[in-house]
Amino acid sequence: MSDVLPETHNVEMTVSDEIAITIENMNKWYGTFHVLRDINLTVNRGERIVIAGPSGSGKSTLIRCINALEEHQKGAITVDGTLLSSDIKNIDKIRSEVGMCFQHFNLFPHLTILENCTLAPIWVRKIPKKEAEATAMHFLEKVKIPDQALKYPGQLSGGQQQRVAIARSLCMKPRIMLFDEPTSALDPEMIKEVLDTMVELAEEGMTMLCVTHEMGFARQVANRVIFMDQGQIVEQNEPEEFFNNPQNERTKLFLSQILGH
Amino acid sequence: MSDQQAQSVAFVRDTMLPQEAPPASQTGPVKWVRDNLFPDVFNAVLTLIALFFIYKILAGFLPWLMGGLWTTASLAECREILDGATGGCFSVLTERWNQLLFGFKYPPDQYWRPTLAFVMLFVAAAPLLFAMYVPSKVLYFTALYPFIAFWLIWGGTIVVPLVALLGFIVGYMAFKKVEAASFAGALGAAIVSAAVVWFVGGFLSDAMSGVLALPEVPSRDMGGFMLNFILGVVCVSLSLPIGILLALGRQSDMPIIKWICVVFIEFIRGVPLITLLFVANVVLAYFLPPGTTFDLILRVIIMITMFSSAYIAEVIRGGLAALPKGQYEAADSLGLDYAQSMRLIIMPQALKISIPGIVNVAVGLFKDTTLVSVISMFDLVGMIRGPILASTEWNGVYWELWGFAILMFFPVCYGISQYSQWLERKLATDHR
Repeated sequence: MSDVLPETHNVEMTVSDEIAITIENMNKWYGTFHVLRDINLTVNRGERIVIAGPSGSGKSTLIRCINALEEHQKGAITVDGTLLSSDIKNIDKIRSEVGMCFQHFNLFPHLTILENCTLAPIWVRKIPKKEAEATAMHFLEKVKIPDQALKYPGQLSGGQQQRVAIARSLCMKPRIMLFDEPTSALDPEMIKEVLDTMVELAEEGMTMLCVTHEMGFARQVANRVIFMDQGQIVEQNEPEEFFNNPQNERTKLFLSQILGH
Repeated sequence: MSDQQAQSVAFVRDTMLPQEAPPASQTGPVKWVRDNLFPDVFNAVLTLIALFFIYKILAGFLPWLMGGLWTTASLAECREILDGATGGCFSVLTERWNQLLFGFKYPPDQYWRPTLAFVMLFVAAAPLLFAMYVPSKVLYFTALYPFIAFWLIWGGTIVVPLVALLGFIVGYMAFKKVEAASFAGALGAAIVSAAVVWFVGGFLSDAMSGVLALPEVPSRDMGGFMLNFILGVVCVSLSLPIGILLALGRQSDMPIIKWICVVFIEFIRGVPLITLLFVANVVLAYFLPPGTTFDLILRVIIMITMFSSAYIAEVIRGGLAALPKGQYEAADSLGLDYAQSMRLIIMPQALKISIPGIVNVAVGLFKDTTLVSVISMFDLVGMIRGPILASTEWNGVYWELWGFAILMFFPVCYGISQYSQWLERKLATDHR
């Protein structure tokens, strides 16, 4: 998998001191099952974090807590200076600042690509339709599918759909982007086009949290890799150190399995 | 192929074959008949039997239709003229068409009013049914239509529907004013301000009962197919939004709302419609303060609407359950609030899935409006069973009258069904 992206071209790091997200002693249960245990994480603006780990380790749940798609039961999450509470207005405010891409794209099948991209800006940001369409076309050009704007999601390939999903999130001008296994549901030849889009986004200094198994992407783009197991952060480090010199036994095993072929 | 020599492998064509028509036995009607009607002995026999039945039915029906009499004054006279020959006594229709369509007490010189309301219905429904072809400005007319139709059909002063309309407008404006602060507060403000307008307007319309007044026709004078049509249109258009709210309520996280909806839906679905109609007719009066008159048609509308909205709620719940969870999550993650994500994302898709079920309920509901004949309202069926068949002139005419009832109901129900199939094709955007 690591050969999907050339490793020669590393993204320049522009991380500011400003803090984008802080997670303090966050715990989450599904019923009695303790999914996330004492998560502590601080993300600076412009940081690009890749979260890896075996399935069931809670990595998706972690980033879904950040925009309150999942509730946490203990601890505090602060996004962009706003403390996440159970108040709906507060949650909607954070969600409109945080973009998210899903494994299964979750485009709206009854709307055209353009309508998918303009819906939230028009209804949440109250931007005039013309302006929202211009913005949408700008981002569709950025993900290189402006010519599909009037089609419906069902007419596009998986890779194209995922790029539309990224464009849809970007149209809200988010300050933080969350990616929940964006390439896991794609055919191999479509993974690259989506990763290219994400690399481009990283180069522009977007704060990104990516749950992914694309270790090539992690090496090239991330300035921190977090490894999770059994609902806990087991190891985190800069990508070079993380891949070349893992400390924890669990990390070593995982890396040998995922990079071993 | 035919001029290729089997023994020589090398082959060069020097003349091109001209295009030829296929053999006559392989195309056209002959082949179609052979393929579809007489492919083998068994199917040929079936075809012949079917043809025989079709012939028998037409042989009975057509002379009856063609030999029918349209101008006699009574059944006895009709039978006398026919003198044993085959033919229908359609003169019951030419003589009683007005009763069949409008009921026997609607003043004949006012027939133009419900007729006009009927024609205007098509204009009012057009932007809702064919949104993509009709300018959206027509929607203003659609909003006004219920008030115009009420005034036309029931008559009386125009002040009454105007006050009703004003109440809705004031309520809406109050809602918009408070909406930003709190949704529940806005709802309360809307209800209170609308109620105030209606209360004050009640005195006003009493005082101005002569303003632009059409002769008043009370509800008990409504009848015939008109009554079925009023009940059908009003109840379908009310039960769809109520059904949507019930379906959403049943999915709600708020336990009290959820359980109110569940109990309502399960209770109404567990009770026969005819029971509810008897409740509307008789029992409801015991629960109302003495002296209050509560319009019978209004009571029936409430009952039928409750009944069908419970069914529609369940149909829509099925549509909601069919949507992947990702659609809710995507809408949430973009920052859409509950009302927006329901209206823009969830409902358009859930309703599309639910179209066949909703149409099923709507068609059933329209036909069930004939049940009001059991609580002695003279709808089309009540009219036939009651005044017409009981009259001395027409006692004994069955086929002609029930045939007429079929002729009234079938096109409407078939039209609804065709429309829904067209709509489904129109909305198919997922290209699976």
